Amino acid sequence: MKRSIYLDHAATTYMKKEVLDAMIPYFSQNYGNPSSVHSFGREARKAIDKAREQTAKVLNARFDEIFFTGGGTESDNWAIKGVALANQNKGKHIITSAIEHHAVLYTCEFLEKNGFEVTYLPVDSYGMVDPQDVEKAIRPDTILVSIMFANNEIGTIQPIKEIGAITKEKGVYFHTDAVQAVGHVDIDVNDMNIDLLSLSSHKFYGPKGVGALYVRKGTKLTPIFHGGAQERNRRAGTENIPGIIGLGKAIELAYENMEENNKHLIRLRDKLINGIMDRIDNVRLNGHPTLRLPGNVNMSFEYIEGESLLLSLDLKGIAASSGSACTSGSLDPSHVLLAIGLSHEIAHGSLRMTLGDENTDEDIDYVLEVLPQIVRRLREMSPLFIQEKGGCQYV
Amino acid sequence: MYSEKVMDHFMNPRNVGEIENPDGVGEVGNAKCGDIMRISLKVENDVIVDVKFKTFGCGAAIATSSMATELVKGKTIDEALAITNKAVADALDGLPPVKMHCSVLAEEAIRKAIEDYKEKQKNKVGV
Repeated sequence: MKRSIYLDHAATTYMKKEVLDAMIPYFSQNYGNPSSVHSFGREARKAIDKAREQTAKVLNARFDEIFFTGGGTESDNWAIKGVALANQNKGKHIITSAIEHHAVLYTCEFLEKNGFEVTYLPVDSYGMVDPQDVEKAIRPDTILVSIMFANNEIGTIQPIKEIGAITKEKGVYFHTDAVQAVGHVDIDVNDMNIDLLSLSSHKFYGPKGVGALYVRKGTKLTPIFHGGAQERNRRAGTENIPGIIGLGKAIELAYENMEENNKHLIRLRDKLINGIMDRIDNVRLNGHPTLRLPGNVNMSFEYIEGESLLLSLDLKGIAASSGSACTSGSLDPSHVLLAIGLSHEIAHGSLRMTLGDENTDEDIDYVLEVLPQIVRRLREMSPLFIQEKGGCQYV
Repeated sequence: MYSEKVMDHFMNPRNVGEIENPDGVGEVGNAKCGDIMRISLKVENDVIVDVKFKTFGCGAAIATSSMATELVKGKTIDEALAITNKAVADALDGLPPVKMHCSVLAEEAIRKAIEDYKEKQKNKVGV
């Protein structure tokens, strides 16, 4: 029997049954527009208000600080462009990191082409931003610091609270792209002094195409969607009611069971990492060994290329991803792997496996059985690899 | 995204390895870009009697290397030089557009190995 093991939860997750059940009535039964005065509209209004409460609660935010969006990319675009436009009289300088998601990086590049200045902070070999670097980079004309909560490729969790303390003291807005962290990490926007936070529902077993932006009360933020009065005049467009309800249910479930889920994920994660280290030579773990997302495994296998690894795994029923250029359609491997100091060769040979709550010990055992054979086969084909009495070296 | 033929040549590549004391060797690409192909040839009476490859790269890189070695095996030097990257891609029932450069690399590796062979022949004649 062909097995099918999904190890790409950082790309997206399946949707939980309870989430789907919560959404179903809002497609054909309670289909009202929340902006309408009548009972149909009021029913929908009540439902999104509940989702807003569920979301606010887990972040320790206020009800009126949560704005629903079309996903993580929209939230990042809105936070960064919105702060830039609203605060350009104060200054035109933004600070971010070299390892952000493209939704942040390319938004910053867009602003650079439009008269803003951006500082891209480096990271250490674990992919960690140094809060002191943030402090040193802040200038009188700095209006925003945007540092991701946890990295999507290597899983490293950033010192968000330390950075928040600095931005608060300096009076600079602090945005964090928490798309990978929400549902897996405790987040308190007040304790951490976060002013804006992006999240996306399909990363925590909710539906795709819906997300949220937390905006601290009093933050000067220009809308990027103009039109109707939805989301208290800040994000026009009829709300994605079923999606928003799914997000609310999913975020509630994620935090209800987080401690237990994380324990399970961390155990499987470390079993996978240690198992690979024990069975395969010339391999390295990318990202921080402990300050990393519970389900993230990212490793580089020397002498081989990531796409051929993915294809081979897929043929064995294992779904994973890679930072190789061949999987991104560009010539360069992942900017994150290059930023932590990997050479192009090693970055091309990276493999990301991200675990989810349905993965089991048997799944990990199967990967540990199959992966060493695949790596051996590809290395035997590689001109970079020669076997020398049990060791190996570059030709 | 890949044809069945590409997957077949990726999973069961033909002519993997290196020829001992080859008559010609061609290596193209670099690890920085994620593709390296090395092709070695054995030539007798102007005919490629054996050919082997080693490749570091994606699925398409491995499959095009494998197919290129199949296409030149048993051919004369001139016949082998006439094989284009398109011929390699066609023999695999096509490649996705972003992977066409892999077939170019395969053609270049063959050419380079033949050039190396010709160079060595020239030196032999010179002696």
